[in-house]
Amino acid sequence: MLSHHKLIELYRLMLLIRRFELRAIDERRQGLIPGFIHPYVGEEACAVGACAALNRDDVITSTHRGHGHLIAKGGDVRLMMAELAARETGYCAGKGGSLHMTDFDLGIMGANGIVAGGIPMAVGAALAFKKQAANGAPMRVALSFFGDGATNEGAFHEALNLAGLWKLPVIFFCENNLYGEGTPQNKQAPVSQLSLRAQAYAMPGVTVDGNDVLAVYQATRAAVERARHGAGPTFIEGLTYRYRGHYEGDPQVYRSPQEVAEWQARDPIPRFRRWLVEAGVSESDIEQAEGQVLAMVDEAVDYARKAPPARVQDALSGVYGNAHNGAVF
Amino acid sequence: MIDSLNDRMRTISYSEAINEALREEMQRDPNVFILGEDVATMGGVFGVTAGLLEQFGPERVMDTPISEAGVIGAALGAAMMGMRPVAEIMFGDFLGCAGDQLINQVAKARYMSGGKARVPLTIRVTTGAPGAAAAQHSQSPESWFMNVPGLKIACPATPADAKGLLKTAIRGEDPVLFFEHKMLYATKGAVPDGDHVVELGQARVVREGADVTIIAIGGMLPRALEAAQTLAARDRAISCEVIDPRTLVPLDLPTLIDSVKKTGRVVIVHEAHKRAGPGAEIAALLAEHAVDYLDSPIARVAAKNVPLPYAPALEQFVLPNTQDIIDAVLRVLR
Ligand SMILES: Cc1ncc(C[n+]2csc(CCOP(=O)(O)OP(=O)(O)O)c2C)c(N)n1
Ligand SMILES: [Mg+2]
Repeated sequence: MLSHHKLIELYRLMLLIRRFELRAIDERRQGLIPGFIHPYVGEEACAVGACAALNRDDVITSTHRGHGHLIAKGGDVRLMMAELAARETGYCAGKGGSLHMTDFDLGIMGANGIVAGGIPMAVGAALAFKKQAANGAPMRVALSFFGDGATNEGAFHEALNLAGLWKLPVIFFCENNLYGEGTPQNKQAPVSQLSLRAQAYAMPGVTVDGNDVLAVYQATRAAVERARHGAGPTFIEGLTYRYRGHYEGDPQVYRSPQEVAEWQARDPIPRFRRWLVEAGVSESDIEQAEGQVLAMVDEAVDYARKAPPARVQDALSGVYGNAHNGAVF
Repeated sequence: MIDSLNDRMRTISYSEAINEALREEMQRDPNVFILGEDVATMGGVFGVTAGLLEQFGPERVMDTPISEAGVIGAALGAAMMGMRPVAEIMFGDFLGCAGDQLINQVAKARYMSGGKARVPLTIRVTTGAPGAAAAQHSQSPESWFMNVPGLKIACPATPADAKGLLKTAIRGEDPVLFFEHKMLYATKGAVPDGDHVVELGQARVVREGADVTIIAIGGMLPRALEAAQTLAARDRAISCEVIDPRTLVPLDLPTLIDSVKKTGRVVIVHEAHKRAGPGAEIAALLAEHAVDYLDSPIARVAAKNVPLPYAPALEQFVLPNTQDIIDAVLRVLR
């Protein structure tokens, strides 16, 4: 069982994601953020539960809805907000924005603008880990986050096949939030339980309540154990729901407010808070975590506002490595 | 060249013009159907297919899973079997996901089969930078496919051309990649009433002039016209001829050469990256066929050769703008 300290940490991270997203939405309206964002609000238990089962040197690949994954893997909310605000000190020096935030020191191989774009990459990371483990390194693990919609891309199927064939230390974490943009999951695939897809690639497939952070943690922990011991990949489907539109500004003609309300009753954050209190975590410890989160988000916005804007003179650099002394051609 | 001088005109948006073309062709031919991601219930993420599901039903306006290779491949097979699919790929950047189907299957089916396969397939796709969308949602991939024989490539810049070219593409016998610039969707223009069609392979002289020929592609046409206007208003007025090729494959070289004969100077403008962009092919053709008429080197105005950055200031620096066109015109006139 997890220590009180770790349990509070799960809560703190979920809340940090929630507050970060709501603040980013607000700051975007106020003009601090020039680009589109795809909020992760409602799905926090997936990212936090899954990343809690990973080590710092394990890696993830993320998606267009990536802020939660980054925060759960230890991402610095100041650098994230600065990137959203197109600042020089942001995660990608203002060149990437929401869709491309990356931090290799934390094992974050990148958000992604292409649906399913990160899945084969995670398989490649796992391939490297397996080779390195054969040379005596401890086995690291790769985890790829993606949505229900992504499981209809060819890249998804090719990646799972490789992982199953080569028994790679990789976990495929599907966040089934019932929609890909405006198209419901049941109009995108002839199966509704997406973990069934794992069977075709000879790996275990499990479906968990993606709004239950502990259930997600436990399922991922089991998958990580398997992967670390050379038993190969696992597919995890977390059943969850996004409370905001596909992107901020989406009119959401494809779903009813009633459906949203039903899922809001299963909000993973208050639910876990109640659980914590019942488990004997003190109210004051919880409140302390809540205070911390608010301060961190304020600080992130403050940091982003004060940070220098991305530098126009850097626009042409960084396309290639240094072999040509940075020449652009 | 004015297409339909005698027709009555209406002012509608580029996006409405495309919607009309789809609607009219679907009414005209029951084999025409639409497929793509979020094209039905949502009416397309840019709203272009709005109302078509309601009018034609889910058999003819089909939401697909997120499966670009599947969509293009299915459209190909259906086209070979006598349908006239209009597939939508949401962002040109995602054409890469359909790469094999498009490049190795769609483009080559007719030729490789010794002419047995027929592929009346239209692929509508958006192009260009919508602003702060970064490197995977901002590209102008037209020229990636100019190097693939078998595909026709349209890049309409006005509502009238969008409507007329799309109707021709849908009625045609070949696969057409139809590039719609995201920043043009809301722009308005006169569109002739009735069955307005524009042939592929006919450039349009949008503004006549004597000193310099500006060849402007897609979303750059409005910028080129702005530049021409500014240059005409100078103390020592410069007269620019502005030509919109309207389709890159086939390319109306004679119209371009005629203009070069008159002006002796050429500036080619596009939003795609400069290296091997559409301008490279056009410049090469003019060098091959019209070098004797040129009084100065050909200039190209295009995006710099880096992925599109997110930060607006960097993005604006990388993308070509009106001032860049003006500078290029002054350069070729020096
Ligand atoms: C290859 C590709 N096709 C289409 C898109 C446009 N798009 C962005 S997000 C999205 C829906 C993704 O659905 P899902 O995988 O379920 O993730 P969710 O947004 O629900 O988190 C689509 C179609 C894209 N970015 N990349
Ligand atoms: Mg989804």
